[in-house]
This record gives sequence, structure tokens and C-alpha cells, in this order.
Amino acid sequence: MNDVMRLQMTGISKSYPGCKANDNISLDIGHGEIHALLGENGAGKSTLMKILYGVVKPDQGVIFWNGDKVEISEPANARALGIGMVFQHFSLFETLTVKENIELALGKQAGNTNTLAQRIREISAKYEMPLDPERRIATLSTGERQRVEIVRCLLLDIQLLILDEPTSVLTPQEVEALFKTLKKLSHEGCSILFISHKLHEVAEICSGATILRSGKVSGHCNPKQQTPDAMARMMVGDGVEISHQTRRAHSEQAYLTVKHLNKMSASSFDVALKDISLTVNKGEILGIAGVAGNGQEALLKALSGEAPDKTQQSIFIEQTCINAMSPVQRRRLGVAFVPEERLGRGAVPEMDLCQNALLTSFDFGLVTKGILQWQKIQQLTNKIIQKYRVKTPNAQTHAVSLSGGNLQKFIIGREVEQQPKLLLMSHPTWGVDIGAQVAIHQAILDLRDQGCAVLVISEDLDELYKISDRLCAICDGQLSPILPTDDLALPQLGRWMAGDFIEENQQEQAA
Amino acid sequence: MLKLEARPHASAYWSYLSPILAVVLTLITGAILFSSLGEDPLEALYIFFISPVSDWYGISELLVKCIPILLCAYGLSLCYRASVWNIGAEGQLLMGGLIASTMALQFVDSESLWAMPLTMIMGIVGGAAWAGIAAFLKLKMNTNEILVTIMMNYIALNLLVWAVHGPLKDPHGFNFPESALFAESTLLPVLFEGTRLHLGLVFVLLALAVIWVFISKTFLGFQIQVLGLDKSAAKMAGFSQTKLAALVLVVCGGLAGIAGAIEVAGPIGQLVPVISPGYGYAAIIVAFLGRLHPLGITLAGLLMALIYMGGEMAQISLALPSAITGIFQGLILFYLLSCDVLIRYRLRFKSAGLKAVKPIISTQAEGQ
Repeated sequence: MNDVMRLQMTGISKSYPGCKANDNISLDIGHGEIHALLGENGAGKSTLMKILYGVVKPDQGVIFWNGDKVEISEPANARALGIGMVFQHFSLFETLTVKENIELALGKQAGNTNTLAQRIREISAKYEMPLDPERRIATLSTGERQRVEIVRCLLLDIQLLILDEPTSVLTPQEVEALFKTLKKLSHEGCSILFISHKLHEVAEICSGATILRSGKVSGHCNPKQQTPDAMARMMVGDGVEISHQTRRAHSEQAYLTVKHLNKMSASSFDVALKDISLTVNKGEILGIAGVAGNGQEALLKALSGEAPDKTQQSIFIEQTCINAMSPVQRRRLGVAFVPEERLGRGAVPEMDLCQNALLTSFDFGLVTKGILQWQKIQQLTNKIIQKYRVKTPNAQTHAVSLSGGNLQKFIIGREVEQQPKLLLMSHPTWGVDIGAQVAIHQAILDLRDQGCAVLVISEDLDELYKISDRLCAICDGQLSPILPTDDLALPQLGRWMAGDFIEENQQEQAA
Repeated sequence: MLKLEARPHASAYWSYLSPILAVVLTLITGAILFSSLGEDPLEALYIFFISPVSDWYGISELLVKCIPILLCAYGLSLCYRASVWNIGAEGQLLMGGLIASTMALQFVDSESLWAMPLTMIMGIVGGAAWAGIAAFLKLKMNTNEILVTIMMNYIALNLLVWAVHGPLKDPHGFNFPESALFAESTLLPVLFEGTRLHLGLVFVLLALAVIWVFISKTFLGFQIQVLGLDKSAAKMAGFSQTKLAALVLVVCGGLAGIAGAIEVAGPIGQLVPVISPGYGYAAIIVAFLGRLHPLGITLAGLLMALIYMGGEMAQISLALPSAITGIFQGLILFYLLSCDVLIRYRLRFKSAGLKAVKPIISTQAEGQ
């Protein structure tokens, strides 16, 4: 029976107004195969998966399942065939337990309610994914939440499991555990479709790969026999510089000093900051790693001035305490800020690039006596567009029309052109294509070499190892020790991301 | 089969076409309405929309009517640009009229040159203070400005009615609920002999120019726009939400307040229980019909004034009830909101059949 493919998608095309998301795509997966779907953001991966899972209807193309032609018109069809999907963003109710969530999602398919808890325990034990059915989701870590989603799929006796960027929210240790589970599943004959853009992970577990580039298949390969460079080439096309060595910098001149910063959480889904101390030196990049939702947002708000606080004196720029200062006052001291959300915080979607340049650059000769100097604004905007190679028809284009990478280049250009003394960045290359990634990293490094202090918060460890001069992790609102990047091994950083340092801290305090 | 399909981007073209389409649809519906009432639709539409402005006097009356509507609508457009949903222009207008009347009644026997300017200034103060209460409640107590401003409209109306039945009633007025007639020195001078068109028109043109420059050329206007489109970005950039929201509310209150003062010291000439047939509410429709742009609002305000006059004409010539004005206002708002869907969506005509009849292969045949 193994001579027929588990899944064959042939000639799949799907157009949206203004773009062809999938263009004649073919994808074959064998029984028990772990197959990678590779591609940059916007290459058409999500659309293809939505078609396979019955969320989106293709314009053209056919799907064969175990050799039979099928039409998957809604997710229920896909589940009935034996297709399970774990989305990048989990759909779990925080206030319900693991069992209740699974029961809700599966409905009648959950079977006998009385034995459900027992079955969850069995499955999670069998695949080495420890999970307590009675725990509330709110108390689970991101890795544990992902296990809930996977176990939910496995309860249904599936034949194909789709995982959308599953490792982006995990610590390195959790990634290893996940890979063990996936290998076990594949040995039992379950096929796995693994969507990612992390090449070393793909090379580790996948035996086949389909690579997409701007809606088309740009190649099929066996990741174990290909160099990561060759695969990256297929993802981004020719003419993009892929990697380069970066030079570490060292400096002792403190610019930003944070001493014992504490911040109560505003709500029960917010993380409190506990006793955070750090320094960022002039001409140096400090990287902070961490799984999303561990206090990164609160820390950035405290530093950028979006949440000023008059009650404590814990944040200093050189010798000036800035806790009570507004964002504008901090900008005047030379602080620039690139938030995580590009649209709807870093830039106003419905405004054009000129207006978005003005958004934070207003103090740089663009406004005289309250009147806008449109000519100067236009000049600055054109300068940013040219210097940072922002692909846009013109400066009058709305921010929402730019691709993620181009908008991010624009925002970073806007902040860098203010020649800041301190640059705060959150996830600077999140969801950005490799070409833009290289350009953004280069802009950050150039700024560092001019003597700017840079703080980068990111979930992307590759990025942090590439650009940071010193590195640390944040977990549950607490900061790990800070080490020079080259002295901090990946497993150690992984343990810190999981909160390994917290007990040490407490012991120190007790002693 | 008709189908709505999302556009990749909001259509700028349709954001201008939509108000025009809404007006056309309103006229068509109006024609149907008139013919079902037994009138000749074309003649009725003529009486409603053309006859009121068929001579110079009619046009001057149209301008008189549009003055308070436009002043309120310019102010509201600032609020709506900042996403501050002020529904209280009516109350702010009434308070402006009430406070202005209190000042005007101090000059009943006076020929002071200060009488008119002080009356106008008190109108601004009254409206701005009334809006200021809503701003304070919103920014300090975190109340919802929509509810507060609506409720304050009724408070303002009842305060005005109380004043005109009580402290401001004309002692020589045979107990009618009216104030004394304002002195000549208090009234707004008429611009053209033989019409009622008064100095208020100059205020409107001034407000038009100032608001236009404010939103397109000043940094403060830009900040208001950012706040309205994207609160997080405003916060990131460090624009003070509190100050901006208070500013737009108070400016709008001031403009509505002077509109009230203009009504009592202009066409009416004294304080009476009814000084506005809902100008402050009509201005909400005008602000949106005019796309929150001063020029668009000016055109929409003229149309709204025409509907008021057409309603009066319809009562006189066609013996229709006064509700006809409200019906046309409602129709315009209804069609505008419906047509605005076309800014983000396009209509597609799809041939039904093909896809629907295609059999879905059973998904259960997968046992093995």
C-alpha cells in the first residue's frame, strides 16, 4: 500500500485580488514522511495549508488522498480524512482546563467524555508529551499549550499532521522534545508536514522538502543531502546576499542603566517586572532572548516611556533619571524606538509614508511654530526610501500597502536617521524576508559602530547570536545574568529562557 | 447572484462617490415616497428641492439655515477625526444660546458696541464649558463620551426651557415663555438689504478657513488625525491623548456654542423655548456626508439646509407632515452608511450554479 502517496496536491492555484498567492503548486507526501514546506513570508505557504485544511477553496488543482481524488470544502472534511493541523497561533480558552478545551474543539468526535481524561493521559505519555488534563490553560507555558494542540490532533487517529512554524515559540530544549515526538509519530506511519523557514531544523528531521518562492514551487529536495546555503538560495532566489560574519564590539561606557526596576502587572494576563537591572553601553548591542509573553512588552514600555512611572527612580540615561519622562522627552534625549507591531503602532496603516515619517521625526526641523513643513517632510521621506531601499511606488503610498519587510526597513530608517544615542528594538526582523533582514541587521550594526547603544529584544535566537555583543534572557519578568555572546552557549541560553536562573537568584538572596 | 468581495485596499475613488450615490438614492426613494402619497413625484421633488432656492431670497434663506449646521459640523469633524464620538453638538448649541441670551439681556436698553461681541463670546464660553464637562468625565472618570454627550443634550434642553419659563422670561411679556426682545445693538447686522442673511455667514467662512488650515497644515491637526486612526501609534510617538481629546471637545463645544448665540442674536432675536430644530443632530450627518473635510462639509451642510427648507415647503404646498424633513435626513444617513460598504468591498455578479452543483466526494470512504 505504500506505493501510493499519502497526499498529492497537483496544480494548485489560488488568486486574491491583486496577487497570485499559489501558482500551479504540486506537493507530494509519502506515508510516514516528515516533509518540509519552506518559504519566506508571503511565499504562499499559509494559503496552500488553508487549501489543504479546507479553509480556502483553490481556483484550480486537485488533491489526492491515499490515491483517491477528494474535495475538501471545510475543516470538518479534512479532519474526517485524518488531517490534523496545529496553527501558529493557538486557539485555546485560557480559563478552561486542558480536557475542557479538547472536548470543546472536538465536539462529538471527542467520544466518551468519562474516558477522555484517561485517553489524554495515555496519548501524552505514549508520545512523551507530559500533560495534565485537569490543568487550566492559563497556567501552562507556551510549549505546554502547543502539546495540548498536538494531543488534540492525535486523539483523532490522524494520518497527516500539519505544523505551522511550531518551533518559533519554543526554547531549544522544548524543540528537541518536540522533534522526538515527531520522529516517533513518523515511525508509526503518520505523515508530517512541517512548515518552517529555519533550515537547520528542517535538515535535522525532514526527509523531503518543497520550497516555495512568490507563489511558485522553486524546488524539491532532500534536506539531508542539501547544504543549508543551497536551500536558502531556492527560498530567496539569486542576487541576495545570505550570510556574513559580524564583528563583535566591546565597550564599557554605560549609556542606559536600569537598577532594580519593578513594575506591577496591570492585569492578570500581564507580566510583572521583578528587580530588573541591566546596562547598555555606547557602541554595543545588548540582546534579550525570551519566549513571548515573559515581560518583554512591559520592559519596553517602561524604557520607551509609553508607561511612565513617577513612583520610582530606576532607569537612567547617563546620570539622568528618566522614569517620569514622556516618550517625547526621552526622544529629545536621543532615544529611538522600533516597536514589535509595525502596522498599528510603529506606523499608521492609513497614512502615507510622509505622514509616517513625521510621526516620530517631528522634532527634527519638520515643524516650525506648529506649522508642518511639507517640503522638508517629503525630502526626509525620500531620503529614507532611497537610503534604506524601501520598495514603494512613491512617498505618498499608504503604509498598509507596503510588504512587512519594506515597512520595517522604512521604520528602522526613520529611527536611525534621527541619529539616536539609544535605539530600543523589539523583534526587528520578525516576518521579514531574508533580503530585508540582511539590510536591517547592517543598519543596526552601522549605528552601533557610530557609538549608539542598542537594545534588541527578540525571539529569534539566530538573529540574537548574529548581532548581539552581549546576551541574556527574560523569563517571567526576571532577567538572567548577562554574558558576552560568544561565552554563552545555546543550551545555557535555552535553560535561562526556561527560567533556570530564577532559583539561583532566590538562593543568592537567601544566603 | 450578488456577492461582496473585499478590496485589497480601501478605494479613495468610492469614498468620494459614495456620498453622491447616497444623495441620488435618497432622491429616488423620495420620489417613490411622494408618488405613494399620491403626489406627482417629479413635481413634489421640484417643490422640495428646487422651489425653495428658485430666487435670490430663497438662496439667502438657505445660507441663513446652513450657518448653525455648518458651525456645528466643522467642530464635530475635528472630534470624529480624533475618534472622539461627540453626539452633543445640540446640547452645546443650546447652552451657547442660553448663556449668550443671559448676556444679551444685560444690554436690553443699551447701545453699547460691546453688546454683540460679548454675546457671541458668551455663546462660545457656554458651549465650550458644556463640552468641557463631557471631556472632564471622559478623561478623568473614563466615562463613555457618546452616552454622556447624548444625556447632556437633554439636560441642556431642560435648562433652557426652565430659564425661558423662569429667570429669563420677559417681565412684560404677558407670561409667554419668551425673553425680552434683544436690543438692536445685540443683534447680528444683516449683510444684504432685504434679506435675513447676517454676519454669521462671515463667521462660517472664517471657521471654514481656520479648520481647513488647522487639519492640513498644523502639527496639532496631524496629531489629532494620528490619534483618530491609530491610538497605539499616537502613544508610541508620545502624543498626549488626554490633551488632544479635551482640545477637540472644547473647540467643538465653542463652535456649537457660537452657533446657538448666532441663532438667538440673529434670525430669532430673543430666547424662545425652541431655538434649534435639531441642527446639532443634523450636523452629525453633515460631518460624515462631507467626509469630515471642511469643503465636503460645506456642500453637505447646504444640502441639509435645503432639506430643512424643502420640508417646510412640503408642509405648505403639499400639506405633508413636518416629519418629512426627518425622513429625508434619515434616508441620507441610511444610504450613506450603506454605500460606504463599497469603499472596502466591491460588488461582483456571479453566475450561480457551477460550484454549487459540483458533488462533494464522500470523505468517509477512507477505511483501509
